[in-house]
Formats: sequence, structure tokens, C-alpha cells
Amino acid sequence: MYKSSILKSKIFTLLRICAVFLTLTAFSIPAFSQAEHAEHTEGAEKKFEPGEVVLEHIADSHSLHIIGHTHLPLPVIVYTDKGLEMFSSGKLAHEAGEHEAGAAGVYKGNYNYKLVNDKVKIVNEAGEVDEAATSKLYDFSITRNVVSMWMSIAFLLIIFLSVSSAYKKRQGKAPKGLQSFMEPIILFVRDDIARPNIGYKYQRFMPLLLTVFFFIWINNLIGLVPFFPGGANLTGNIAVTLVLSVITLIVVNLNGNKHYWQHVFVPADVPVWIWPLWWVIELVGIISKPFALMIRLFANITAGHIIVLSLISLIFVFQSFAIAPISVAFVVFMDVLELLVAALQAFIFTLLTALFIGTAIEEHHH
Amino acid sequence: MNPLVTPDIGLVFWTTVSFAVLFFLLAKFAWKPIMGALDERERFIEDALSKAEAAKEEMSRLTSENETLLKQARIERDAILQEAKKVKDQIIGEAKDAAHKEGARQIELARIEINNQKAIAMADVKNQVAALSLEIAEKVLRKQFEDQGKQDALVADLLKEVKL
Repeated sequence: MYKSSILKSKIFTLLRICAVFLTLTAFSIPAFSQAEHAEHTEGAEKKFEPGEVVLEHIADSHSLHIIGHTHLPLPVIVYTDKGLEMFSSGKLAHEAGEHEAGAAGVYKGNYNYKLVNDKVKIVNEAGEVDEAATSKLYDFSITRNVVSMWMSIAFLLIIFLSVSSAYKKRQGKAPKGLQSFMEPIILFVRDDIARPNIGYKYQRFMPLLLTVFFFIWINNLIGLVPFFPGGANLTGNIAVTLVLSVITLIVVNLNGNKHYWQHVFVPADVPVWIWPLWWVIELVGIISKPFALMIRLFANITAGHIIVLSLISLIFVFQSFAIAPISVAFVVFMDVLELLVAALQAFIFTLLTALFIGTAIEEHHH
Repeated sequence: MNPLVTPDIGLVFWTTVSFAVLFFLLAKFAWKPIMGALDERERFIEDALSKAEAAKEEMSRLTSENETLLKQARIERDAILQEAKKVKDQIIGEAKDAAHKEGARQIELARIEINNQKAIAMADVKNQVAALSLEIAEKVLRKQFEDQGKQDALVADLLKEVKL
């Protein structure tokens, strides 16, 4: 009886999620079509290029697309050999031709800056990209992904600080509300990820594992929301997954114990003349484990976005609303699948991090 | 190189900074109290369970103790009852014996008394009868021997009887 009611509520929740996504997807289509419509009117001969559109959507951007033609400019922070500069991206032209600033969308600061393929480039007086100068330009702009990440961080802080205060307020009582929703997930990370893989020293690594898990998960979910303020492809960005996997690399190797390093540098039962080769192999192993983490998360999330965007693009490729129901049906299916992938990738990343830590701090008893 | 797989220095920088900040904030203000509360609650539950187990054991120990006590009490009660019954029977028996003896003694005494009284009465009656008889005999004799003839006749009679 009790179980069946839980099952029912689960199915109900799933249906609700599906319904929400259906609505969201339905909303995202008009926005999409407007944008495309604009392109068509500006250059009637310009064909719809799904590849470009898809790549543009999954790549980072210097402005926040809110709806239709409305873009929110973001701060551009560039460091060149002439120093640090900060200005609004509204002063740089967008490829769509929304000129808000100077001629041809060039911003004149220490250098002349221009956006090419949504990247800040240094151009010369003639408006041509100066590759030599651009290679010395370091772009620390607050991009769409950075904004999205800060939003997710705000979410995480709000959620977990309130959960944490609930634990303080309701000390010794049963969890309630958000706290009771989060507790099983936290316990899952502890009991099914940390404990079995790390062992009895798991407590030291819980903060990292929990932060990584929830950071990846919530950003995966925000990435699935098709309109503002969601839609950034943060966890599908190689820079983000690079940082996360480097953190794993550092944590694993900083915590590696005597046995771990012994295994790497002075392996027992291995002839001494093989050792140099052994070191190379071990080094590749040390690097490749987090490297695989980086690629796995990046590829999974990016692939999901590409599939959803491609399915939506079908409508514009065929230029027919008749294709829309089929597209939407597939997109809904993909979105539901991506919900699973969002949680699954967060789980896998955390699980493997825990596993690597576990092997590094494992105690051998010969 | 494909821009998709080229990490932007800016995003790397901001991700590092933001993640570090997030990590320290959550670790200090969220994970530490949450994990602490969870551990504490688990300890509390474990403690409560083990306490309940101990209480159950104590309970069953007490119950069995009670039962043995009860059994003992029952045995003792039975023994006491038996003892009491024996004592009662004994007392009754003794009382009966005493009563019998007393009764017999009383009856004996009464009989002796009766016999005594009877003897006294008989003696009294005998005395009175003797006195009365003597008086009657005196009177009779007196009457008989008032005239001489009768005395002579009697002497003659008596002499006749005497055979020499």
C-alpha cells in the first residue's frame, strides 16, 4: 500500500517533469523561429545552417540571449600586454548585425577589439584580425557560462545553506521539506559513492565529493532548461570539465600514500630494467584517468545538447511546421533521457573520483 | 583546433575561482554541519537501538526472574498450606484426645461421686430401716408380751422346739 503510493507519486512526478519539458520545448520553438526568421529577412539568400546554429548554442557567448532579439550584454575583461581592460560586450558587434556601438562593432581601447565567432579578437585599422596580437590576448570575460555558473552556485548555496540551517534548527528531529529531499541524495553520495570506494577514511573527502556531485548535477539540469536564464552548456564545456578533472587529479595525487607512490616508482616484482617504461605507463595512467573524466562529462552533455538542438533544427531545415510534432516528440524523449544523463554523469564523475582517491589511499597488507 | 575542445583561459580561471569559493563555502557552512548532524543522528539511532535491545534483554531477564520467583512463591505457599493443614490436623487430633480423656475423667469422677452418694444414701437408708425395724420390733414385742399367758405359751413353744 505504502510502496504503491510512493510509486504512484514517482510516476506522477515524472509526468509532471515531462509536462514541464513539453511546455518549455514548445516555448523555445517560437523563440528559435524568430531568431531564424530574422536571419532570413536580413539575408534572404542565407541558408539555414543547422551546424552553425547548433555550435553557436553549445559554445560560450559574450552576451545573454533573453528572448527574440533581446540580448543582455556582459562585461568583457581582456588582459593584453598593455594591461587589463574592461568594457561591455554591447560595444562589440554581434554577428547577427546588432550594432549598438561604433562602426563595424569595433571597440577602441588599448587595441581595437572585435567579436569574431563570439570570440574577442584584436583587429587593425582596416578591420582585419591581427593574429599576432590576438595570441597575446587573454580573455577573462564574464561570459554566458560564467553567469550561468554563478547562478548555479547561488542556487547551491541557497539550497544547502538552508538545508544546513534546517539541520541546526531541527536538531534530533526527522528531516522535513527540502531537507528530506536532499538528505537521501547526500546519504547516497556518502553510502554508495564515498564509503565503498574510499573506505573508512571517506569523511575527509565528503565535502569535495558532495560539491562536485551537486555542482555537476545542477549545472547539467540548468543546461537542459532551453530559455533564459538556463540554456548555457556549462558542464558540456571543456574548460569546466578540465578544471573539475584537474581538481580530481590534484586531490588524488596529493593524497596518494606510500604504497601508491611505491607502486608508481619502485614496483615490486618488476625487473629494474623495465622501470623506465613502467614510469611512463604509470604517468600516462595518472593523467589519463582524470582526462577520461574530463572527456566523458564534456562529451555526454555536449552530445545531449547537440541532439536536442539538431532535432529542433529539423523544423527549420524542412521549413515546415508539419515536422514540429515529430521533432518535439523526439526532443521530449531526449530531454527526459538527458534528465537521467544529468544525474548519471554527476554520479559517474563523483564515483570515479572516489574510486581514484580510494586506490590512492588504499592500504596494502602483504 | 576545434573551438569545442579548446578550453578558454577565462572560463578555466572563473571556474577555478568560483568552484573554490563554492567548495569552501559549502564545506564550511553546509557539508560540515549536515554531515555532523547525519552522523550524530545515526549514532543516536544506533544508540537507541542498542538501548532498546538491552532493555528487551533486561525485560526478558526480569520476566524470567519473576516467573522463577512466582514459582518459588507457589511452592512455598503449597508447603505452608500443607504444614498448616498438618498442624491443624494435629491440633484437632490433640484436642479430640484431650476432650476424650477429660470426658472420660469427668465421667469417672461423676460415677465415683454417684457411687459414693449412692453408698451414703444406702447407708442412711439402712440405718433408718434398722432403727425403724428395731422400733417396730420393740413395739411388737412390747404388745405381745403384755400378758403373761402369751409369754408362757411362747416359752412353751420354744421349749418344744428344743430337743434334748
